[in-house]
Amino acid sequence: MSILVIAEHDNAELKGATLNTIAAAKAIGDDIHVLVAGADCGAVAEAAAKVEGVSKVLVADNAAYGHQLAENVAKLVADLGKDYGHILAPATTTGKNMLPRAAALLDVQPISDIIAVESADTFKRPIYAGNVIATVQSSDAIKVVSVRATAFDAVVAEGGSADVTAVDIADDAGVSSFVGEELAESDRPDLTSAKVVISGGRGMQNGENFEMLYKVADKLGAAVGASRAAVDAGFVPNDMQVGQTGKIVAPDLYIAVGISGAIQHLAGMKDSKIIVAINKDEEAPIFSVADYGLVADLFDAVPELETKL
Amino acid sequence: MKVLVAVKRVVDYNVKVRPKADGSDVDTANVKMSINPFCEIAVEEAVRLKEKGVVSEIVVVSMGSKQCQEQIRTALALGADRGILVETDEELQPLGVAKCLKAIVEKEEPQMVIMGKQSIDGDNNQTGQMLGALTGMAQGTFASEVVVEDGSAKVTREIDGGLQTVELKLPAIVTTDLRLNEPRYASLPNIMKAKKKPLDTTSPDELGVDIAPRFKTLKVEPPAERQAGVKVADVAELVEKLKNEAKVI
Ligand SMILES: Cc1cc2nc3c(=O)[nH]c(=O)nc-3n(C[C@H](O)[C@H](O)[C@H](O)COP(=O)(O)OP(=O)(O)OC[C@H]3O[C@@H](n4cnc5c(N)ncnc54)[C@H](O)[C@@H]3O)c2cc1C
Ligand SMILES: Cc1cc2nc3c(=O)[nH]c(=O)nc-3n(C[C@H](O)[C@H](O)[C@H](O)COP(=O)(O)OP(=O)(O)OC[C@H]3O[C@@H](n4cnc5c(N)ncnc54)[C@H](O)[C@@H]3O)c2cc1C
Repeated sequence: MSILVIAEHDNAELKGATLNTIAAAKAIGDDIHVLVAGADCGAVAEAAAKVEGVSKVLVADNAAYGHQLAENVAKLVADLGKDYGHILAPATTTGKNMLPRAAALLDVQPISDIIAVESADTFKRPIYAGNVIATVQSSDAIKVVSVRATAFDAVVAEGGSADVTAVDIADDAGVSSFVGEELAESDRPDLTSAKVVISGGRGMQNGENFEMLYKVADKLGAAVGASRAAVDAGFVPNDMQVGQTGKIVAPDLYIAVGISGAIQHLAGMKDSKIIVAINKDEEAPIFSVADYGLVADLFDAVPELETKL
Repeated sequence: MKVLVAVKRVVDYNVKVRPKADGSDVDTANVKMSINPFCEIAVEEAVRLKEKGVVSEIVVVSMGSKQCQEQIRTALALGADRGILVETDEELQPLGVAKCLKAIVEKEEPQMVIMGKQSIDGDNNQTGQMLGALTGMAQGTFASEVVVEDGSAKVTREIDGGLQTVELKLPAIVTTDLRLNEPRYASLPNIMKAKKKPLDTTSPDELGVDIAPRFKTLKVEPPAERQAGVKVADVAELVEKLKNEAKVI
């Protein structure tokens, strides 16, 4: 049976996490369809049609889907999804918000945040803040699965030529509406897909001091992240939180500055290829996962790092 | 209005759990159990709404073994009014939990259900959304602010790109994120008082809910261990290693 992948997008651009999710779909089977639900999202559908391995693109272009309200999109996904063997979405906040709702409409127990496909019904997923990896086998007729993007290499965004079909469903459940949003503006790469990430913790002391990290980031083409403690203290906004309950990252290089290395933080970054820790406490747990540890005061080390790069 | 809060008994967040040697399950024998941190935030939010006069009654519900009474009592000590335990020793999965909650919602008819966005053991992040589907209620997930007025709730949500605000018709479901509030500690007198608050027990059977698991855990294992690396003497050595050894810059 075919696989339905729910596209992540902002009505203008197809987001990278979709490409990782399609990669997971390819590990399951080959007839892969992509659903683009949005408003004025034609450009996204065109982009999806070009993705390697996609055989069909369904577009539901309607105001009701413009802001990805879960109440509306989940109904659409359940309506379309009942004819599929698998429904996959990226485990982003959009996917996590919508997918379980769609699954419950289909009377299916979804499988969250998979990191490997063992077979068409068996998947690996982290539990307990990544301290344990569970292999789970679904017995539902339709498998509804969210995919951890960092665990799958993205498929190529070019080369395909799938059919694009408009879907004639427009469901507004009428129970929720969009009021507004405050999106972080940044010229730096996206945290979850950056090759290099530099994160600051409570040791940074305040928001102004993050400027030091931004300077290093700009030299390295890096994204900037933070620990929960730094977000809770108001140094930086919530979208920068890395960890079990924030964003999961796995860059080539992760630099942790003034972060102690609590398990909840490690859960979000320990799959990075190379980890660097800068901390003045040589006993800090972060050093137990760091490839290169520098015991130093960050207020000396970070400016020096910037000049030496 | 009445609020229903779901609280889950989980392994305390300070405990580092390990798989059992035979890989059949996680070893949770004799570890400290607590109320899921996100559920604690849910209770706190309900209590604050009550203190503001928006909420008149807070009912807490937990599903699982008899020991979940401890977590219900904790919630009662924090300010909830009465508790419901849906007792079972069977394995619970979020769909089953959501179906039990739906049955409770039908009985209690709350105007709002507040629950955690995820539990720190299963890390599923599903139950609230599934309850939304089963009841038709709107959902405000990953909430960092909740404002109730004129039969609706404005919920600010922590999303990947920043913050989003949605307006939900009541009754609605809210799932909590870390920044919604900072839970209080229960005072000793309130812990004593909580012992006398009503706590009813029911079961999935009595609620007429089938909680049969839909997935089987074949195996649990530790993640690939990372080897601790080396300590470098100074920034110059760090940069040299990153360039020439790791080749990542
Ligand atoms: C339910 C729940 C979910 C959570 N989710 C997350 C999550 O997703 N992400 C997350 O990060 N955390 C999460 N946490 C929080 C986590 O447990 C830790 O509290 C948090 O990660 C600590 O942040 P930190 O390392 O910045 O602060 P601290 O633990 O206070 O560490 C600060 C570090 O900075 C060092 N330092 C201080 N000054 C300097 C200096 N001048 N130079 C060099 N080093 C210095 C110190 O030695 C120390 O090691 C969660 C907790 C709970 C209960
Ligand atoms: C006896 C038993 C055996 C288990 N065996 C396994 C196993 O073998 N493998 C495995 O992976 N997991 C097992 N689990 C854990 C279980 O599958 C999930 O953790 C659980 O179903 C809910 O998932 P979650 O908490 O991650 O949901 P989430 O969707 O992350 O929870 C979100 C919120 O839903 C509410 N909620 C969830 N559960 C409850 C509850 N029970 N009572 C009240 N509110 C709740 C809370 O408000 C919570 O914050 C077992 C659980 C039990 C009780």
